[in-house]
Amino acid sequence: MVSINNQKWQTGILVALRFLIGWHLLYEGLFKLLHPDWSSLGFLAESKWILSGFAEWIISNSSVLNIVDALNTWGLIAIGLGLILSLFTRIAAFAGTGLLLLYYLMNPPFIGMGHAIPLEGNYLIVNKTLIEAVAMLLFAIFPAAHCYGLDSLINKRKKN
Amino acid sequence: MASEMNDKNDKRGRLENSISKAGNMSGQNQNNPSPGRRKVLKALAGLPVVGLLGLQVLRKTNYDNKHSLQRQLVDELGLSDLMSSVKPVTASEGETLRIGIAGFGVRGGQLAASLGFMEKSEFDKKSAAGSLDAHISQGNLNVAITGICDVFDLHAERGIAVAQHDIFTGGEIAKKHPVKRYMTFHDMLADKNIDAVIISTPDHHHAWMTTDAAKAGKHIYTEKAIIRREEEIEPLYKAVKSSNKVFQAGHQYPQNSVFQQAKEILDRGMLGDVSHLETTTNRNSEEGAWIRHLDSNGKPKPGDKKSIDWKQWLGNSSYVPFSTQRYYSWARYFDYDTGLYGQLFSHEYDAMNQLLGIGIPDTVVATGGQYYYTDFGDIPDVLHTNFEFPDKGYTLTYSANLTSSKFRPRSIYGKDAWMAVGGDLTVTPDGRSEKYGDMIKRGLVNPSAPMIEIKRGALTASAVDAVSSASTRYYEDRGLVSTNIGGRIWDVNHLHLKEWIDCIRNGGTPSANIEKAYEVGVTIAMADISYREKCRTKWDPVQRKIIRL
Repeated sequence: MVSINNQKWQTGILVALRFLIGWHLLYEGLFKLLHPDWSSLGFLAESKWILSGFAEWIISNSSVLNIVDALNTWGLIAIGLGLILSLFTRIAAFAGTGLLLLYYLMNPPFIGMGHAIPLEGNYLIVNKTLIEAVAMLLFAIFPAAHCYGLDSLINKRKKN
Repeated sequence: MASEMNDKNDKRGRLENSISKAGNMSGQNQNNPSPGRRKVLKALAGLPVVGLLGLQVLRKTNYDNKHSLQRQLVDELGLSDLMSSVKPVTASEGETLRIGIAGFGVRGGQLAASLGFMEKSEFDKKSAAGSLDAHISQGNLNVAITGICDVFDLHAERGIAVAQHDIFTGGEIAKKHPVKRYMTFHDMLADKNIDAVIISTPDHHHAWMTTDAAKAGKHIYTEKAIIRREEEIEPLYKAVKSSNKVFQAGHQYPQNSVFQQAKEILDRGMLGDVSHLETTTNRNSEEGAWIRHLDSNGKPKPGDKKSIDWKQWLGNSSYVPFSTQRYYSWARYFDYDTGLYGQLFSHEYDAMNQLLGIGIPDTVVATGGQYYYTDFGDIPDVLHTNFEFPDKGYTLTYSANLTSSKFRPRSIYGKDAWMAVGGDLTVTPDGRSEKYGDMIKRGLVNPSAPMIEIKRGALTASAVDAVSSASTRYYEDRGLVSTNIGGRIWDVNHLHLKEWIDCIRNGGTPSANIEKAYEVGVTIAMADISYREKCRTKWDPVQRKIIRL
């Protein structure tokens, strides 16, 4: 019988979650890199609530839009790699949380904010983006999440 | 309560400590190599995950490439070279061309902007808003607006201010040129310092101005519709034909890259036998219905008998006392226009004519009425017109409605597929098509979805600019405002003016040339007579006359 307090399991699940979220973000980034036609234009054009003015500004200026697209693509790749390899995990986790919260705030599933982009589920205030954003904070605050990663070597060196 | 909290904090502390230790402890009781090496191996645990992801991405890319319906479709339909049917935009070089603009209302200002001239205040405002990218990056046409002719002092003064502003297109600041106001169009024509004229007055002046400009040896760009009445077309045609000057009508759709691709698809016969060409207009606003004499506060727009030369404005039309309503909302009066036909159908018909070379219909019949905006002018709000082409085996319909803004695309129906062609382009296979039957069976194409879809690609937000009025939206949807060529947004009107200017400099015939303009002009006259006189009209190609049936 496995105890739920078993430390190995706790570590294992944290690390697994780190791998999974890292995989998700890394693939999102790679997908955008492999599809040069991809642009955040459609997503930004649908922006509602407090960031809609910011989104409009981005899409009204093609050079800003290109920069945002590139930052987004490479940001996702960097965060994804950071999480999977556990390299600068805390920075990656905070950056990931920030980026996902930005996505969330661009199109929050609030009452009365109809969505033109079809969704695969039903959401009220909370959606998967928000959950993933908060889940990433685990990697910033639990040192165990840095097991099985390059940070453990770096930290070790620093300690030595 | 407090002890409970402490208890919890203690537990959390222990949990964190124990978890943080767990990494170091795990696996220590195994018979693995040295602890140092094991730590390194553990630290690299993410690498196989990244490797696995990389492998899966490669597998997916290979699979998608092999199974890409889009790629198969492009191969089977032979579409890989479709993009190459779009002409690249070349630089326009040559002597500075001196242009005079007759009529500096809304359209005159738009055309000046498309030539590269904008009022300084407007330029600064848009520049600050960052919405001038497309305008600034369009090439410098090396033209100067050296003459303005308008019967309204306010419009003439605005025209002069616009013409005097430096050109900012192509990143250059042009030399200043003197700008002269002419009190009559004939004064402008008599000036040898004017090489070419742009006619953007109300429609009842287009025909005589074009005819006289051709006789005066000027190159001419005339806004649609080039005529209002049948009797105007032959003298205009003859005058333009016998001059050796370049004429372009203001039907700019052929400059759209989507048009060029649509033409390629049609030339390849991808729709099968075409039976029906459907053109439409749906707008639902007072502005869209040309009720434009009031400002946004409901007050009459500027202009009175003192500032407007009313007699000259009326021209050959019958005398009526000065009226701000008639001055601004002239498109609603058959005295000055052909309404929907001249304003909007002209673009629709020219688009179809340029795509398929339909020429002039054999017969036309129109029905409709003025049922909603009954207080303004006499043009209909709802209008349906059928144009028969028995020799070619198809009918063209024009269905227009000024009290509904539902979007109905310009459509071409064939036995095997139908095409919607405007700002975007789609080609959808017909469920009963023989040509695509096999592809439908294999699931490669689906009759309920387009098999070819070309988006305008232009960033709508910047293309329409900050000003997105109902009629701007209408024009954008119909492909008459902006287009994407070589990954850049181009102003379609700029390209249309450029084609005219390039032909003036280098020879050649522009797309909306006198032959095409004649065909559109006659067709509009046939429809207009049919509606107003409630009869069928027939074209006699030998006598070049319209017969009332």
